[in-house]
Amino acid sequence: MEYRKQKNKLHQKETVAGYLCLLPNFIGFAVFTMIPVIMGFIISLTNYNGFPGYRFIGLKNYLTMFGDSMFRTSLKNNLIYSFSVVPLTLVVSLALALALNRKIFLGGFFKTVYFFPNLTSMVAIGCVAMMVFQPIGGVVNQLLEFLGMAQENLPKWFNATSTALLTVIIVVVWKQAGYYMIIFMGGLKNIPQHLYEAARIDGANSWQCFRHVTLPMLSPTTFMVTILCFISSFQVFDIIQITTEGGPGQATMVLVFRIFKEAFQNSNMGYASAIAYFLFLIIFAITLIQWRGQKKWVND
Amino acid sequence: MKTKKQKVFSTVIFILCVLAAIIMLVPFLWMVSASFKSNTEMFEKPIRWIPEVFHLDNYVRVWTDVDFLQYYLNTFKVTVVSVFIQVFTCSLSAFAFTKLKFPGRDKIFFVYIATMMVPWHAIMIPQFITVRTLGLYNSHMALILIGSFNAFGVFLLRQNMLSIPSEMNEAAKIDGCSIMRIYWNIIMPLTKGGIATLIILQFNTVWNDYMAPMIYLDSDAKKTIQLGLASFRQQYSADYGAIMAGTVCSVIPIIIIYAFAQQYIIDGVAHAGVKG
Repeated sequence: MEYRKQKNKLHQKETVAGYLCLLPNFIGFAVFTMIPVIMGFIISLTNYNGFPGYRFIGLKNYLTMFGDSMFRTSLKNNLIYSFSVVPLTLVVSLALALALNRKIFLGGFFKTVYFFPNLTSMVAIGCVAMMVFQPIGGVVNQLLEFLGMAQENLPKWFNATSTALLTVIIVVVWKQAGYYMIIFMGGLKNIPQHLYEAARIDGANSWQCFRHVTLPMLSPTTFMVTILCFISSFQVFDIIQITTEGGPGQATMVLVFRIFKEAFQNSNMGYASAIAYFLFLIIFAITLIQWRGQKKWVND
Repeated sequence: MKTKKQKVFSTVIFILCVLAAIIMLVPFLWMVSASFKSNTEMFEKPIRWIPEVFHLDNYVRVWTDVDFLQYYLNTFKVTVVSVFIQVFTCSLSAFAFTKLKFPGRDKIFFVYIATMMVPWHAIMIPQFITVRTLGLYNSHMALILIGSFNAFGVFLLRQNMLSIPSEMNEAAKIDGCSIMRIYWNIIMPLTKGGIATLIILQFNTVWNDYMAPMIYLDSDAKKTIQLGLASFRQQYSADYGAIMAGTVCSVIPIIIIYAFAQQYIIDGVAHAGVKG
């Protein structure tokens, strides 16, 4: 009886301690993350523009959105951007990871170098990219000229409607490839060596080993990298704000850029919230695919 | 025969690796080189990688015309305070989530996990309204508060603490050790690696953050390094040498951190990958 009482008391003490330990983080988390998630949806149903005196307008913002040509352009650009950046990043980062997975001279140095751009800020990279891709006298065009491209054919990169988005894509892939390379390297390390030995004994060549051992064994990692990369691709902003500001024309207008403009420059907070929630829905959908896929990959 | 073929293959891979390394490094080399050039030399053909004369005045201009030192101090302040708050509050939460038993624990953790998939851009507007209502617009406190309480820190440290066998704190509990002492003297020292990773990732995130400072800061004296660099670039749009000198100054701290803590950074990425 006495023992039981003591045990109960201990439990109570632990419960109190548990809540007290959570409290400091939870207050901040609730105020700056949890409540805003709910608030965001409510604002998206109003015509709030930063001043008192707003009212509920139902789903009108969402309906306006799909009629808004600026929004449609930004969604289209964002889709083109995402469906280019993700496959390119996958191929480049996997290639880098495969190369460094072999015992290679200076391997550690290469890993350090490939990862480095990922740590530098997009502001700094944007400043440098503007100059490297300068149409006249920039490093890239000088190289193209050296390789024999006629001067009048040299691309204008950030400055032309047709190539601006492409240039952004190149810069982003260059920056983030090293990040996903590290994740791929982790996946490659987890492939048991004896599978390769078995394949070799069966007479498989390097390509067959890659095709029938590496790729299938790596598929959970590939799947995860694809998802992470897609999610981040829908949040592209810094590079565009620094280099093109959505232009020329609307060539590099993307979703977050649209949200930013509407919310903080045009003060259409209600409408901007609707776009923001739409963005959230896209990312939520991708996450759902991930959950389902993960189950499938784990069962396999 | 086969070994010869393999040798050729290895050599080809090595050459491709060197090429990739050049592509990764050239923009940085160009940046450093350009920061010492005058504007007329900037886009010279062919490129002169080592300038004939080193124009140090680009750097002088950056540090005298613009208050770069102030930007540095501001960023440093925001970074250090938010790293401190994050490590303190996240480690306490992670400790509660892994080593203490109380009703509702797993439900609360589920809420944390659920918000991890909400992109920051989806909540930046209500967050902004909250911060403004609290009277924190155009203050460093705004950046510190919105950057310190993310679920990722709790998640990362929880993963770390899960690997500590619970026999350790059970034994300490039976010996009459108080809960706070278990946290501070047993669990925290064993979570050092995770905390180091969190500190460095948070440092990198806050140092490189651009959008939040742009939204929250108004006066020049409060600007962080990225915001300062961006507006400097807008003001001096034709002064390429100075822009590059400023960019070099903004990247140097990151290079220093990378040189000393590469392992923790790469571990952090591997963790971030596992979180998915």
